[in-house]
Amino acid sequence: MPGVPKAVRVAVVGVTDRALNKSSLCYRNRCIKQRLITRRILFRILVITLSTLGVLVPLLAAVLPEDRADVLYHSYDGGGIEVTGPSILWRKMIGKYNSVMANYYIDAISSASIDVITSASPYSEHRTEKSVGLTSINEATTMNLAYTTSSENDYDAQSAHIGFSHDLFGDLTTVSLGYSRGWDEVGKSGDPTFAEDADRQNYRLGFSQILTKNSLIGLDFETITDEGFLNNPYRSVRYLDATSALGYSYEPEVYPRTRTSNAVAIRALYYLPYRAAIRGEYRLYTDTWDINAQTFGLGYTHPLEKDWILDFRYRYYTQTHADFYSDLFPFQQSQNFLARDKELSSFNDQTIGIGISYEFSPQNPTFIDKGSLSLNYDHIRFDYDDFRDLTVVTAPGQEPAYSFSADTVQFFLSIWY
Amino acid sequence: MMNMQIVSVRVMALMLGGMMLISSAMAKDMIGPAPDFTLRSMSGENLKLSEFRGDVILINFWASWCGPCRQEMPLLDQLYQRYNPIGFTILGINVEEDSDQAMQLLKEVPVSFPILLDTQNKISKLYNLVGMPSTMIVDRDGNIRYQHFAYLPGYEKKYEEQIKELIRE
Amino acid sequence: MKYKILFVAIIGLQLTACSAEPWVKPYERAHFADPIMSFSRDPVAAAYTNHVYQAREGARGAESSQGGGCGCN
Repeated sequence: MPGVPKAVRVAVVGVTDRALNKSSLCYRNRCIKQRLITRRILFRILVITLSTLGVLVPLLAAVLPEDRADVLYHSYDGGGIEVTGPSILWRKMIGKYNSVMANYYIDAISSASIDVITSASPYSEHRTEKSVGLTSINEATTMNLAYTTSSENDYDAQSAHIGFSHDLFGDLTTVSLGYSRGWDEVGKSGDPTFAEDADRQNYRLGFSQILTKNSLIGLDFETITDEGFLNNPYRSVRYLDATSALGYSYEPEVYPRTRTSNAVAIRALYYLPYRAAIRGEYRLYTDTWDINAQTFGLGYTHPLEKDWILDFRYRYYTQTHADFYSDLFPFQQSQNFLARDKELSSFNDQTIGIGISYEFSPQNPTFIDKGSLSLNYDHIRFDYDDFRDLTVVTAPGQEPAYSFSADTVQFFLSIWY
Repeated sequence: MMNMQIVSVRVMALMLGGMMLISSAMAKDMIGPAPDFTLRSMSGENLKLSEFRGDVILINFWASWCGPCRQEMPLLDQLYQRYNPIGFTILGINVEEDSDQAMQLLKEVPVSFPILLDTQNKISKLYNLVGMPSTMIVDRDGNIRYQHFAYLPGYEKKYEEQIKELIRE
Repeated sequence: MKYKILFVAIIGLQLTACSAEPWVKPYERAHFADPIMSFSRDPVAAAYTNHVYQAREGARGAESSQGGGCGCN
């Protein structure tokens, strides 16, 4: 039986050979069968015993992810913000049981967003994020370790992650567990004495199940807890102020120092007989800031000819505002916690996206097995219910609800070697 | 919400423990006489397993979509070239319904041992495959003596040891 | 209460593992080995997309699913 250590096998064979009557009267086949049956029974007893002692004695092993390298150029343009930059990923197997990965990512931000226009000045920012990761397989279990560090001139973040996934039921079911820890340091440009911390913990549990030859479903849970300075040191809220020319004035936002959120998502994937795939997802979200959100997504992948793949996607997101959010507070310091971040308001967004990819198998250089060139374009429209567009000067609280569209482009080259 | 954290941690601990307990599941042990079968080979003729009685036979179930299978093929071919003259053969059984992809792969990476086509998966069922690739080594009397349900680099050395042992019998 | 039910469900699922036979055989997983049959084919693109939404939406978590694949080894 594969998976059982050789020493154990030798020991069992020794015991069974001594126990059996090796009389020359038995017909060759029958004697072998008896020996084999007894060994099988003993093996089974050992296997069950070892398993209950917590020693893994499985029959199947997991597979490491493929070696690949990707160079991506990303661009986001919407709501007065432009963010562009590269993302470079490299993954390589080391030996039989390990694979390493490294990622280098940059966001170059130039912003004249609605928040900035109405209460600050345009700025440009540069954020760099680096990650390294290790994937190890041990029989049917895969372990993932990763470390990420991100920095910009007024914000540093680090996070570490550990995850396990295990295949069961003849590999039809995969169970995954994950834990991440993050440490952020919040600064404020122009104020060298400002230094705050924000810590985060993520707990993930996932199940994926193959239902038929053509379908797969996944169920994922994630709980996240944050603690510390959770708001933006530059952002303000507004309150009605008859003494001000505009009719309102600003004060700094004040957030709770903790936040716990729960998300559950269900995903399904189905293979269509003419070679295409359709996928759907639904995610339900709730947190202690009273934000409730739902995400609904649909995707369709359609290969064309031999080398081309088309992707189509639609996503709808809706959320209700945080309980301490208001676009316009009645007076100064009207609540313990105050927020006017549109990210915490009631809004919805819809995305429609298309992707096209071309696969090639180059003759030279010979170390490249295959490569692909891909282009993804997404158009996202944000519609806010209770965040108002303050570029329209009118009676406070009567401004039109804000909305904007954004375009994102991803252009990347992938190689498998 | 602390409750939620405790719950999550407990669920995770239980799952990890449970995983260890049940990971020892359930493959039907095929050790014993190898069930006979007849399959069409790539070269067109029908081949029967019992025709090869007297030789040590390595039966390898593979598919073109299976990465480890593709890795294994050239190494199996080496074993075939080395031991075929002294009473060893390999039967490569392809388990795909549509043999086109398999033929395409063999054009790029040819092998010299017979390739049989189990397009209806009758033999795969008969041999109770639990993994891809699956390799069974049959002795000269037609009994399966060794079975492997996976391929990791280094397995071909194990196969070689087992083949040599059975040839010597 | 619902977490107790979840517990029991998970443990029950695990205990039935010993008796369940895989109904999709390893040689029937050709479609899952196809790269189009994944929740996301390209990790760099998926990571970027998740980042775009996380930076602009209040919700976070459960953004990706693992699983499927050819089931080899």
